Amino acid sequence: MTTTPTNTPDRARTVPSVLAIDRLQVTFATDGGDVHAVKDVSLDVKAGEVVAIVGESGSGKTVTAKTILGLLPETAVSSGAVVINGNNVISVSKSTLRKIRGRDVAMVFQEPSTALNPVFTVGWQIAEGIRAHAKDGHRVTAKAAKERAVEALRKVGIPDPETRVNYYPHQFSGGQKQRVVIAAALALNPGLIVADEPTTALDVTVQAEILQLLRDLRDNYGTSIVLITHNMGVVADLADRVVVMYQGDVVEEASSRILFAEPKQEYTRNLLAAVPHLGRNSASEGARSRLHQDGKVLVEAKNLTIEYPGRFGRNGFKAVDNVSFTISENEVFGLVGESGSGKSTIGRAIAGLNRTTGGSLKVLGYEMLDFKERTFRPLRKEIGFVFQDPAASFNPHLTIGECVAEPLIIHGKPTAAEARKKVGELLESVQLPASYSERYPHELSGGQRQRASLARSLALNPRLLIADEPTSALDVSVQAKVLDLFKDIQEQFGFAALFISHDLAVVDMLAHWVGVLYKGELVEQGIGNHVMGSPQHDYTKRLIASLPVPDPDEQARRREAHRALLGR
Amino acid sequence: MSSEAVIRTKQPLSSRLPVVSHLKKSVGLQRGMLVVGVVLSGLFLLTSIFAPLLAPYGYSQLSDASGSFPTQQAPGAQHLLGTTVGGYDVLSRVLWGSQTAVTVIVVSVTMSLFLGVALGLLSGYFGGWLDRILVVVADAIYAFPTLLLAIVISIVISKGQSSFWGGIFSCAFSITVVFVPQYFRVIRAETIRLKAEPFVESAKVLGASSMRIIGRHIFKNATRTLPLMFTLNASEAILTLAGLGFLGFGIEPTSAAEWGFDLNKALADTSSGIWWTGLFPGIAIVLTVLGLTLVGESINDLNDPRIRGRKRAGGTTKSPRRASGTPTTTAEAGK
Repeated sequence: MTTTPTNTPDRARTVPSVLAIDRLQVTFATDGGDVHAVKDVSLDVKAGEVVAIVGESGSGKTVTAKTILGLLPETAVSSGAVVINGNNVISVSKSTLRKIRGRDVAMVFQEPSTALNPVFTVGWQIAEGIRAHAKDGHRVTAKAAKERAVEALRKVGIPDPETRVNYYPHQFSGGQKQRVVIAAALALNPGLIVADEPTTALDVTVQAEILQLLRDLRDNYGTSIVLITHNMGVVADLADRVVVMYQGDVVEEASSRILFAEPKQEYTRNLLAAVPHLGRNSASEGARSRLHQDGKVLVEAKNLTIEYPGRFGRNGFKAVDNVSFTISENEVFGLVGESGSGKSTIGRAIAGLNRTTGGSLKVLGYEMLDFKERTFRPLRKEIGFVFQDPAASFNPHLTIGECVAEPLIIHGKPTAAEARKKVGELLESVQLPASYSERYPHELSGGQRQRASLARSLALNPRLLIADEPTSALDVSVQAKVLDLFKDIQEQFGFAALFISHDLAVVDMLAHWVGVLYKGELVEQGIGNHVMGSPQHDYTKRLIASLPVPDPDEQARRREAHRALLGR
Repeated sequence: MSSEAVIRTKQPLSSRLPVVSHLKKSVGLQRGMLVVGVVLSGLFLLTSIFAPLLAPYGYSQLSDASGSFPTQQAPGAQHLLGTTVGGYDVLSRVLWGSQTAVTVIVVSVTMSLFLGVALGLLSGYFGGWLDRILVVVADAIYAFPTLLLAIVISIVISKGQSSFWGGIFSCAFSITVVFVPQYFRVIRAETIRLKAEPFVESAKVLGASSMRIIGRHIFKNATRTLPLMFTLNASEAILTLAGLGFLGFGIEPTSAAEWGFDLNKALADTSSGIWWTGLFPGIAIVLTVLGLTLVGESINDLNDPRIRGRKRAGGTTKSPRRASGTPTTTAEAGK
């Protein structure tokens, strides 16, 4: 990092602003009346600066980003000024706005697979932007545009760009697709790139590569970047300056080093405190041997293989390959892996939602290889399941009370009064007021819904709980509360748990014993903080090195230290 | 979020009824379309209910105290819309015709609704051979021209006889057969989508039986689009009924009044300058279909938050009572 803190007065005078937002307000018309998404936001971005806008969902960060490119829907009304190279985006005509887009400012979207059109080659898609902008009054020829597309692909580190330019999006991996999207954004050398959660949809190892790419762009081409994210690790890794937003207002603005070291506002402090930090607050702290290893074994997998049938004439896909592990009473087993590693498949197989195809999986003594719904049903009340998306795991037409009472009604015949009493107790045990049972799922916030989901899975006092990414759809501060609650309840109820997550820091906080999955194979397992502290397998090492830490200085050190490991 | 008061539970019934709630949240042209549709459909319904009071004569009346009706008489004082070649009063026939139309719609759409929804739920949820057979049958029915199928069924049911209920049921059954595949397909597709939703899986993990999952978790979610399909199909049912009547497979004029049949009889009149026998039943068909289609299309637009028009933000000085719009927006997303 060579940049000096950017808000020193002399630098502010010498370097012109690429983007200046002044008292921006955005209001949406909805059925529930007007919603003030952005109330009063002012910020400046200098040339060659990376400014991160952070905030939780609903803070207005994405709306701010969309305003910069004039992408707001028709129901929105904005006031104030967003000035890019002397043009106020809010008030310019549509044709001027088209000229500004791509030439002065470009956007990188969250999900690269949906940002690219699957029926055109990536070269065509990059060239489309180039040809839309005439150069010196002449239309750019297709050939020249393609050459520039090749150039853009080379810039973002796509190997062999002359050939790859003719590839279709599905021929690239997720990280490469995001590189292509960045290449398209760079094609006209805009001074400013707006990146809306550019790494959220990517795996942690790929995220590290994309962050490095964005950093290189800034260093080599002086491109300014507005980075919209909720991930404080990403902010610490990349940003020079941070703007914290909360409910449409800027709460705090500071250079990233200062913000992480000494946050001034209460909200920022709480936000930073809620970010899970690898190596702090580990559940297996001080453990020398496997905790709870003397308990009764509830789940035992031996050379477990789960294969999804292939299409006609093709081999099936092995989602889980030769995996062996055990989960004992009272133990929290953390399963970590990237997308496609088979971690969810294992969780679902234990709950009887997927069939196993080889090896042996014994759940509470039941061999899942000869699974029959009828014979397994009595065991279902011993198993709780918490789903990833709390919004989708509740029937929108039933009240929370009815949803939580479902397991009670299915496995017993309680009277209405008994059921109501039990539901009230359950809700209170997950720190929700009993009166919430009258509400419908959409009337609860994400965190509240996930607690209700936990209450439902605990209704029958299960011996085993499977939690599939229970906090990945939640905001950081909410995640912290739900994780604390999970920890308390696990100690209180004493169930065994399989905790599935892609987030190492989260798993470390909860799990006594951790297994690392990579492409369907369990490459490493051990005591939580041993695995995190001194990983043995190469993949685990790479995974841990890729995880950005929410502390700019420490992250810069880690980046240097792991440079070799990450292959740069 | 936690400070948000607990109270908001169910909204009053009036704002949850399909058409009323849509009327409330519509603005501008969309509202105009909906209002016109509702008024036309309302007129249609009222006419059918009060036909015995409104119509000056019976549907099969050929004479009154002053003797038999003249044939093909132009609109005048005694017969406001004239008389037909058979000597029926056109106004009375048109008014009574609405009753036949409503009965046929209600019977046919209800039958196809029950059958289609039940089959769609079972077929979508269980899949397998049952699903395959039902889909093939539905596809086969699609392959027939609607009217041809209706004619065949009509012959099978009525066996050439014609009575009021016989005629109504033969029409209704034939329309049912044509519409069942539509309901079946929509519900089946929804069920297949819902089957993979986490809340259905969560019920499965809890050990709920298949019937409970279908009845409690899928049914209500899968049938959300039915009011819309009901209105759109109702207008199509009228057209099919009129088509059947026009071809002579409907109901005899002595057992009920039917617009399509009247149109058929008016065919020969057009070339001899007798316009009133064909024009009025025709207008009745057009207005009824238009009304129902407008209601259906408006509901369709209003159900989609992306198409629905809204008052401009800030334009009206509504109190900004909700700082974060989460409850409404998530409710929208869930729709």
